[in-house]
Parts: sequence; C-alpha cells; structure tokens
Amino acid sequence: MANGKLIMDAAQMRRALARIAHEIVEQTDDPQTLCFVGVRTHGVPLARRIAAMIGQLESCDPPVGAMDITLYRDDTGRQGASAHIEPTEIPFDIKDTTVVLVDDVLYTGRTIRSALDALVDLGRPARVRLAVLVDRGHRELPIRADFVGKNVPTGRNQRVRVNLEELDDGGDAVFLEEAADG
Amino acid sequence: MSAGATRPPTVIRGGRVLDPSRGFDETADVLIEDGRIAAIDKPGLIQAEAADVIDAAGKIVAPGLIDMHVHLREPGYEYKETIASGCMSAVVGGVTSVACMANTNPVNDSGAVTSFIRERAATAGLANVFPIGAVSLGLQGEKLAEFGEMFEAGIVAVSDDGFSIMNSHLMRCALEYAKLFAIPVIVHEEDNCLCANGVVNEGVTAIQLGLPGMPAAGESAMVARDIELARATRGRLHIAHLSVAESLEMVRRAKDEGLNVTAEVSPHHLMLDERAVIGYNTNAKMKPPLRTAKDVAALREGLADGTIDTIATDHAPHHRDEKTVQFDAAAFGIVGLETLLPLCLELVQRGELKLERMIEALTVAPARNLNIDRGTLAIGAVADVVVFDPRKSWTLRATELASKSHNTPFDGWDLQGKVTHTLVGGRQVWEDES
Amino acid sequence: MAEGERQRRHLLGLNGVSAADLIVLLDTAEALAEVSRREVKKLPTLRGKTVINLFMENSTRTRISFEIAAKRLSADSINVSAAGSSISKGETLADTARNLAAMSPDAIVIRHPSAGAARLLADIVDCSIINAGDGWHEHPTQALLDILTIRQYKREIAGLTVTIVGDILHSRVARSNVFGLLTLGARVRVSGPPTLLPPEFAALGVEIEYDLAAAVADSDVVMMLRIQRERQGENFFPSLDEYAHYYCLTEEILAEAKPDVIILHPGPMNRGIEISSGVADGPYSVMMNQVANGVAMRMAVLYQLIVPGADGIRGSKLAHPPKKSLPRLDAGGAA
Repeated sequence: MANGKLIMDAAQMRRALARIAHEIVEQTDDPQTLCFVGVRTHGVPLARRIAAMIGQLESCDPPVGAMDITLYRDDTGRQGASAHIEPTEIPFDIKDTTVVLVDDVLYTGRTIRSALDALVDLGRPARVRLAVLVDRGHRELPIRADFVGKNVPTGRNQRVRVNLEELDDGGDAVFLEEAADG
Repeated sequence: MSAGATRPPTVIRGGRVLDPSRGFDETADVLIEDGRIAAIDKPGLIQAEAADVIDAAGKIVAPGLIDMHVHLREPGYEYKETIASGCMSAVVGGVTSVACMANTNPVNDSGAVTSFIRERAATAGLANVFPIGAVSLGLQGEKLAEFGEMFEAGIVAVSDDGFSIMNSHLMRCALEYAKLFAIPVIVHEEDNCLCANGVVNEGVTAIQLGLPGMPAAGESAMVARDIELARATRGRLHIAHLSVAESLEMVRRAKDEGLNVTAEVSPHHLMLDERAVIGYNTNAKMKPPLRTAKDVAALREGLADGTIDTIATDHAPHHRDEKTVQFDAAAFGIVGLETLLPLCLELVQRGELKLERMIEALTVAPARNLNIDRGTLAIGAVADVVVFDPRKSWTLRATELASKSHNTPFDGWDLQGKVTHTLVGGRQVWEDES
Repeated sequence: MAEGERQRRHLLGLNGVSAADLIVLLDTAEALAEVSRREVKKLPTLRGKTVINLFMENSTRTRISFEIAAKRLSADSINVSAAGSSISKGETLADTARNLAAMSPDAIVIRHPSAGAARLLADIVDCSIINAGDGWHEHPTQALLDILTIRQYKREIAGLTVTIVGDILHSRVARSNVFGLLTLGARVRVSGPPTLLPPEFAALGVEIEYDLAAAVADSDVVMMLRIQRERQGENFFPSLDEYAHYYCLTEEILAEAKPDVIILHPGPMNRGIEISSGVADGPYSVMMNQVANGVAMRMAVLYQLIVPGADGIRGSKLAHPPKKSLPRLDAGGAA
C-alpha cells in the first residue's frame, strides 16, 4: 500500500494549506463573503481546515459545505458511477458569495467541471475560486486552480494518493504511486 | 377398413407383454392378423410367413393408451389444433384412442357435429376418436342437449367440460337421462361463484403473486353435490381432472358405498404443484389449477389405490399468442398427449405407482369408464397396441411436439420412457426413428 | 461481458430483494432528497436517457412522481396511458411493449391492472423494467418510500413493529411492504376483516390480528390502506359504515397506542372510513413526508437501474432469474 514515493508529509501539508489560506485572504476584499465547498470525499476535510485557518486569521467563521458530484459526472457508464451517493450538504445560501471549491488533486479537470455544474444549480455566487492540495497536470478541460498547495509532475500511469487524518487514511501524507495496470 | 384384410400379419417379438385387462405380464410374441390380436405365445413359437416384424426386446408391449379427456379443437379452433394434428400428437404419445370434449365451435351438441368429428378422424386415419357430446345446448348450462341424437351419431359420454353445471336440476336430469344410453356424465367441478375470476389455486402462492385464487372447496363442494345426485339418481358419474384431496376422500367413500362414481387425474396434477406458476408461468395455468404439495401426494396415493380410476391428459392446446399475455388474461390449459407416458413412468420409477397399475389406468380403466371395447390385448380384440422403451432418456423440446400447440410446462424436462411403435387396428401409425 | 449478455436490471417487486440492495436504494434516495429542496431542481445524471411511463391503469400521484423523478435526473420521460393509445385499439401488452422497446428506451415504468404484467415485460423486452403497481401483486416503489419515511422517523427498521391495516388481500402496497419490511428485520402485523385477510398470509411471516385496537396497541408504525368502495358490492364486508366501525383508525384507538407511533397512508384516503380526519391531520400522520419521499425514492430507483456503473444493486438480485425448466417436486410431492 504505502509503497509510493512520499511527496508531502504532514508538516508540508499543513504549511501548504496555511499558505493557501493566506493567499485566499489576500485576494478577498471581504472575508465575510467567503464560503467553502469541499468536493467529496477528500475535499471536505481540506475545506474545513482552510476555513478554520481563515477563521483564526480574520476572526470570522466561514461556512463549509460538502458536495457529491457523482450525479454530475460525464463518465457514468464508462468508468462506472458510484452506487453509494453521499448527500450534498450546503446549508447556506451561496448567492453573491465567494465560493472556494476545494479538492485534493486536480487532474483532468472533469471533476471540477462537474462541481461547477452542481454549484450553479445551487445558486449564483459572485465568484468561484478553486483551491487544490496537489495539481498533477494532464488537464483535459480549460480549468486551472487559483490556489495550489504543490505542483507535482506526474505520468498518466501514476496515481496520487492523498491520506487525511479525518478520513482514517493513516495520517496526513501524499504519495505518488505507480498504478498497477495503467 | 377394407385394406386391413389384405395387409400382411405383424409379429411383435420378444417384448414384455403387459395387459392388465387379463392380468397378463410375460415376455411373449404378439401376432396381429386382420387388425386383431390373433395370438400371444412364448417367444419364438409364433410362425408367420411374410409377417412384418417389430423387435420389442427390452421394451414393453401394452394395449394402446386411451386418453378419455382431450380437446381436439376442431371444428372452430383449428389454429390451436385440428383433429388430424391432435391424433398425430396422440399416436406419437402412444395414445391409440382419444375421447374429445364438446367445447368446439360449433359445440358438439348435435348429431351433425358428432358425425363431422368422426368423419374427420377417419380421414386422418391415426387414432380412434370417440366424441363426447355436450350435456347442455351450447354448453350454456340451461337446456339439455339431445343425448339420443348424439348417441346415435357415436358419442360415448356427455360433458360440459370447461364449464361447471351450476344448475343442480339440470345435473340431476343429465344423470337420469344418460341412463337411457348407459353413458357417463363427465363433470368439470368448479363452483362458479367460489372460483369467479380465479386463475390459480387459492393458497400461499396466490397470495405471494397477488393472483385471484380458486379455493379447493370450489371443486370439492361440487363433487359433494354430484355424488349426492349420483346416489339419488343411481346415475353414472365420472369426475374429470380431480385435483384436491377433499374430493378424493369423497370419491373414496362413494366407491365404498358402491355408487357408480369414477374419477380421473391428469399427469400435471400428479407432477406439479401450485409453485409452478411462480414467475407468472402461463404454461402452468390450467383448470383446475395446480394445487398444493399435500394434494399432489394424496392424488398419487388415490391413483395407486384405485380410488382414481384413470389417468387422462386434459390435452388443451392453445396458440402461443394466447399464452404470451399477462397471467390473468392467458388461456387455461396445457397440451399433454406426448408427455403422458414418460410422466407416468416417472411415478413408477420413483416407486409411487406400480407399472401394472399405471398401464391399467391408461388402458382398461378408461375403456371401462367409457364402456368401449378397447384397452385389452385379449385374443380377438382390435389390435391397438403401444410398444415403448421404458428406459430411453430424452429431453422434451416444446417446439418439437407434434401437436400444433406447444403450451407445456414440461419444456426442457429430461424424461425417461419413449414410445417406439404405435399400432391402431393392427396398422402401424407411428414409429420413433430417433 | 458481451453486450447481449449484459444483464438488465429490473425492479419487479421487493420479494427476493436483499437487505443490502434495499439499503442501497434507501441511502440513494436519502442523498437525492436534497435535490428537491434546491432552487434548480435538476441533475444532469440521466441526460440522454429515455424513460417511458406506461400507465394502463389510472394513477395520478405515482405517475406524476415518476415523471418528476425522471425530469429531475434530466431523463426524457414519455407518458403512455391506456386511453388514447393502441391498447384501447386491442393491441396486446406484449406487442405494445415490443413496439415501445423498438424505440430504445432505457427504462419502462409500468402500471397495469394484471399481476405479473411487469414480469411479462421483463421477459420480452430489453430494457430496465420498473413495476409501478401490477394488480394485487406488488408496488415496490411505494413500499420503498414508505420504508424510507419510517426510517427517517425511527432510524432502524429492524426491531420495529409495523401494522398494516385494511384490505390486505387486494393490496399490492401491503405485499411490497410485507416483503421489504420483513427483509429489513421488522415485525409485521396485518389487520382487517377475515374476508380481506386470508390466513395464508401467515405463511409469508406476518402476524394476523383481526382486532384493530389490539393490533395497534404496541405498534411503532401503523400503515392504513385505502379501502376500495367496490369491495362492499362483492360482499367482503356488509357496508362502509360497518367497515369504518371496526377498522377506522380514530383518535380513541390511537390514545392506547405508543406515544411515538407514526401513521402512514399511501393515499388517496377515504376520510372517515379507514382513517378519521383527526388522525389524518394529526401529529402522528407522516403522509406528506411520504409524498415528498416518493420523488427521491423514484429518482434513486431510476438512477440505480439505468446507470450501468451503479453496481451497488447487485444486478442479479433485482434481475429476475433466467427462464429455465420447472423444478421437479420432491419425492412424494410433500415439499
């Protein structure tokens, strides 16, 4: 399992997220309009951490939601959709807010495309930003992240595995693995 | 048939000759001359120059089977079956005589229809066909049909089969009037009010599938009434396709009492129970419906001990389109002539029925029920003979049936026992070449 | 797997559906419920998929519920009803189905007065079949939404005592609920006059209690069924008045029930006959939740059946078994 190459340990992850939090604050006029939406499953704890950091920096309490994009995927029936759909829980109005979408890894961009579709179905935010822990390249759509924890050059046959404490993955870490079969 | 006189004799050699009408069960040769049984003797003793020889070594030679409950569908429903196709199906199944029910169109409630059926049967030249006339005009259950006219034309029994005679007075008159001709009244026992809209047995399966049921009492209540009428009239009552344990018990008591009551059972009521309809299998939909496992066990016992006289198929061909519909809209009934023998043999193989008793229920018993001179290999009897291999295994393919219709629930079953030769009036009308 | 071998998934009934599959369906519905509370009540999931609603029997709420469910998932849904279709011109169900199938739908939702109609379709056409009620047989999506509603109030189905009251014999809703609830571990009781409650039901694993008050007394959930007025003409009971006297769920009867009992009714209800207005509009009634759950439940069913990768429902379970020869009876016929 943990035979991949460690590209980010817990301390590095904490620093990367802190930097993202600072960048978000710098680029936001009014932190009160900020809200966070994590893409299930790994984006959700990351969104909570960034929101908590900003809360400390700015003495505010940005709301955090969770989004399941399964039903918005454009590859259902190809790779197979998930049978288990988690609820999308965004218990606040995103109208006229600055939504920061948070995901762990940015790859083809298709997940984010789905997430944007899902987001506009929920309301009309003033702007949407994208924060990711790792950008591994190989975009298939014209999408880029506004805030990136770490850029990692990868091959298509490699896999980026993100472990998060909240998900009982065995401690914060990011590994680059050789995929078993392409 | 005049050609019979010039036909060469036939010798069936080396088979186990089984004739329950005389309690005969020996390995023997059978000589047939001029369409009749001429001699039965120890193997090799019969000398017959230029005779056709049928090698029956390892096989069973028995009187041709008699199926006293068949729907030939002609006239009127030739898309389901014709007299010719039904008779072909019969001889493939080793059945040399069939009694055909009156629910044709027009109904066989007149001498003209009876004569028509007999003419068509003669033209087909396969099995003997004994028409059964209607009890009531148009099977309407209201007015007695002309038994006499039909009798003169050749009916052997009367029946409104397919329908129950709910009018008790009409039933009483039928039993009494039929005495004039010494023919049985064959009854389809189904209380129309208790069974209204029913399509399967009333029981757990019906509950599971959400289908309207026909209760056991829908049959047994009518059997009770008709046995009482048979007692009162001293008439000749034959109960068709008996299906529930309660009816059987009443027949048993009636027989003990010496009443003139007989009964038949169908192979499917001996082989399947109500669970066969699970999945809405329209080929398991029939009247009476398949009953419970308890009923099946009772019927097997009743057949073995002679309470049930006869096995009859209730061969009821229906077109594919009449079965490829939602269950409640599907036609009732299944074909049975070609599966009759192997299904009965299965009961023998399981040890639930003696072979002699099985042959009896398929030959001499129905001959007695209908009072026809068939079902025996006595010297001088008409040579209706079946030769079958009791051990031959085969798989039933519904689409390969000789019947025009293929509505059988036994499709795909591995069966044991196959008819190899069927002779009617001494003439071979079927030989299995597989 | 070759295209021809791909197993179509159907929902013909809850009889035989595993607890795991039921839970996947319930969980999916739970996740999808949120969509109906959004400003834009639509997901692109079934874009390009076609769902035909074949309704051969009158139904307003089930048909609308399926239609909304399909639309919220972006499927194209087409309604075919008995009146004005080729069925009224004498076409058989099999032919209707073959003709519809030739238009390559991804699913057919069928409501039909004959038990087994959904199964017949599944046997002859190559698309997913969803039973929206067939005769007295099953109405699986209604039972699923009932069970979903119960679960929202009681959290766990296992261990609950659920009593179903009314015309059990003729009720597809009762049957589907019995099968689903038993699979999920509930104790199920049925109540109604003996004419509408044959003892054979006990063989399905339910308790029979003819006395309504006794049946309700220790129940966690009471499900009232609609009584069909035409049954009195068939002598199943003498009159609606007398039926109501013995089987109307009233506040007096509920006074003796558990304080947290909930009351379900699949609708449309006969006020004053099987249920008093006080109960129907009272605090124990969860009927509006049932209606709301109907859309989410049907979205879940459409999603799990149509999307090929949604393998949470093991295809073999919901698919009906392939046709094979009838089994022989056990020796002696005494099975």
